[in-house]
Amino acid sequence: MTTIDRLVGAGIDRIDGPAKVRGTAPYAFEQDPGEPITHLALVQSTVNRGRISRLDPSRAEAMPGVLAVLTPANAPRLGGGLTSDLPVLQSLDVHYQGQVVAAVVAETSEIAKAAVGAVVVEYAAEPPDVALRTDRPDLYAPDKLMAGFETDSVIGDVDGALAAAAVTVDATYETPTQHNNPIEMHTSMARWEGDSLTLWDANQGPHSIVKDLVTGFGVDAGQVRVISPYVGGAFGSKAFTHPNQMLAAMAARVVGRTVVLELTRQQMFSLVGHRTPTIQRLRLGADPEGRLTAISHEVVEHTSRISEFAEQTATPTRVLYAAPHRRTTHRLARLDVPPPTIMRAPGETPGMFALESAMDELAVALGLDPVELRIRNEPDRDPERDVPWSTRHLVECLRTGAERFGWAGRDLRPGIRTDGRWLVGTGVASATYPTRRRKAQCRISVDGAGRYTVEIDGSDIGTGAWTVLSQIAADALRTDLGSVELRIGDSRLPFAGGAGGSTGLASWGTAIVFTARDLRTRLEEQYGGQVPADGVTVDGELPGESPAAKTHSMHAYGAHFVEVRVDRDTGEVRVPRATSVYDAGTIVNAKTARSQLLGGFCMGVSMALHEESVTDERYGHYVNHDLAEYHVATNADIGDIDISWLDVDDQLANPIGLKGIGEIGITGAAAAVANAYWHATGLRIRDLPITPDKYFRPR
Amino acid sequence: MDTQITLRVDGAAHPLTVDTRTTLLDALRERLRNTSPKKGCDHGQCGACTVLLDGRRVNSCLVLAVTVGDAEVTTSDGLAEGDRPHALHRSFVEHDAFQCGYCTPGQVCSAAGVLAEARAGWPSAVTDDLHAADAELTDEEIRERMSGNLCRCAAYANIVPAVAAVAEAEGVRR
Ligand code: FES
Ligand code: FES
Repeated sequence: MTTIDRLVGAGIDRIDGPAKVRGTAPYAFEQDPGEPITHLALVQSTVNRGRISRLDPSRAEAMPGVLAVLTPANAPRLGGGLTSDLPVLQSLDVHYQGQVVAAVVAETSEIAKAAVGAVVVEYAAEPPDVALRTDRPDLYAPDKLMAGFETDSVIGDVDGALAAAAVTVDATYETPTQHNNPIEMHTSMARWEGDSLTLWDANQGPHSIVKDLVTGFGVDAGQVRVISPYVGGAFGSKAFTHPNQMLAAMAARVVGRTVVLELTRQQMFSLVGHRTPTIQRLRLGADPEGRLTAISHEVVEHTSRISEFAEQTATPTRVLYAAPHRRTTHRLARLDVPPPTIMRAPGETPGMFALESAMDELAVALGLDPVELRIRNEPDRDPERDVPWSTRHLVECLRTGAERFGWAGRDLRPGIRTDGRWLVGTGVASATYPTRRRKAQCRISVDGAGRYTVEIDGSDIGTGAWTVLSQIAADALRTDLGSVELRIGDSRLPFAGGAGGSTGLASWGTAIVFTARDLRTRLEEQYGGQVPADGVTVDGELPGESPAAKTHSMHAYGAHFVEVRVDRDTGEVRVPRATSVYDAGTIVNAKTARSQLLGGFCMGVSMALHEESVTDERYGHYVNHDLAEYHVATNADIGDIDISWLDVDDQLANPIGLKGIGEIGITGAAAAVANAYWHATGLRIRDLPITPDKYFRPR
Repeated sequence: MDTQITLRVDGAAHPLTVDTRTTLLDALRERLRNTSPKKGCDHGQCGACTVLLDGRRVNSCLVLAVTVGDAEVTTSDGLAEGDRPHALHRSFVEHDAFQCGYCTPGQVCSAAGVLAEARAGWPSAVTDDLHAADAELTDEEIRERMSGNLCRCAAYANIVPAVAAVAEAEGVRR
């Protein structure tokens, strides 16, 4: 390592830990605005498509303690240029169920909630169109996918190669709508002083929220301050501005008081995004030795009528395995659903379920060990971009994982291992996620006493950023952790992109390394290495993507090995143990990194076994819109998980050599579970989640 | 309708006016601005609002403030003695038993409740001997007993050893 050699790599306790375990770290709702807080509650549309025909707020307005009822008739006009569902209360048109049609501000939360029930709303509604099907005539190809990926990719003659292949797989996989459901509900607290707005807010990057507030309220960027030092989880749903930020700011402006809007859990199923459902057809062709000759991955997914969110579902198929003939496509249906958004590893998460399930099916068809099948198809360079890898250690992950898990000697046959009532099986899947970085600015000051202040608008949504950025800064400044004060989560701080796409640490950490270097050079050249009595401040910047991104293909990798047990009598599925090994480059904090990889993997287990937002196609709503009915893994669902990583780094990606770890853990995890389920039962479940009833499907 | 009550929270008595509809959680968070307990659902589905009521864990979003009476409310913050963190606080930090930290004060209170329940010999759904004098907190017992507290960051595999370490120190685990 060139830059860093002391704190980076150490398993340091979270510096925000003591406050978080006591509950004293202030999240958005808990900040002190300096004056009494009023409460906002929302009236939501009960239809998916149509127009408000009558809206009578008078009974609500008359309730003692109600300060205002905002409706499309009286709400302040927002600036043009807002997209998707951000022009809140600007029109009588309804585009999805749960859309905000009125909002009540009151002195207390109890009064606001009660007044919501007193607002009368009637609609001229049309039947909801919410069903995703592959035979819809209105499927279309978007111009681009999320994150700028091409919609389709075609190399060679896929159909010809499939027709000529010795062994083929042709299967369709489905993943349901899923909701991020961070445990902190999306919350925004707004206070205006004149034309200046302060918003204490739960988000993944304050700067990204400022932009939409500036557009909406016609103020300058300098007049809007978004403060978010602590965020209670996000997983993508807090990446972009949602109606809550606009509504809190609008209501505060109308009543001239501080207003807080804490969405309810139920509202989070319509107002802050979801992961699109997918229907994916996978076709693989291979020679008798298991070398792939063709890969085809065709995706159908949805977006909303008012926004285009084109999830990049088949993109992992573009990089994972070698094959001369290959095709990936994405088609969208515009439905009367709320706008979909990012959810942990958008694209890779549903896409890898399909690809890695299909690879397992191919291994079965070939009678080949699924680890060996993957190794035989390891490409020596990016198979679609035709550029070299920066670093790629997938095979080593597979081999190391197999060793740690005890994979050797595994019987390929399904449904033959029992332990009492339990059918037992094991499964494997690969993991991959792109390595990127984005523009970020940073300011570092040192005072005469040698204390450093590091300022950057990064955010810690549970990733450990408070701790790992401090570690990176201390090393880069050649000082100890106690001499560094980090400031993040405030739009007044130097610009940084949000926490997303596993780019946070690569971007913010690199900006810190560059700025620290500049500071040390300045001290060396201008002050003979001594800090002057009145200190020095240096502003630095990471311009953006690594220059090597043009010439190299950069990704993190991993391999999951899972044991699954299925109760023969009830169909209950358990995951008693798992092993994951990652090639994620430099690991900055062994303790927090392990937690993040663990969290990603467990969310994959949760996706495999529990998560599904059930759409009622008649009435257009999510039937199970709370945490009692939308199941996420709980403590007893998670067994012994062995997490480790290879001792590797990627110097082409960034000077720290890291690849990002927020999302790699979930990719492939659901496929590993489904593959183990097949090994246990002989049943291939191609539609998630693998709930107990699916064990009793006619075979 | 408003009512005068006195809430005893973390060792101090607080006279306050609440709406009869006010939950204990909202009384703490919105009236007293004691935001140690968190709100993750408001419906008894996530456990983020867990506090101890006379030493027993409850979802404070399911308790009406007017029904609390003289009971002593203890939040995770209140488990600390001044600046001295509780053994569970230290263990959670050491085992990195959280990420975003939002479910964590509820997990900590729940764990304190679990330790007391085990000391009192209360069985759980996975306890074999329902009549044992004390319930040993095996990993399986901890997983089961902590399953009312959701953690979307999925720190579960770290929460179990964090609770186990304190259980061991307190003699409810060998
Ligand atoms: S907030 Fe009380 S259980 Fe979720
Ligand atoms: S630490 Fe984030 S929900 Fe548990």
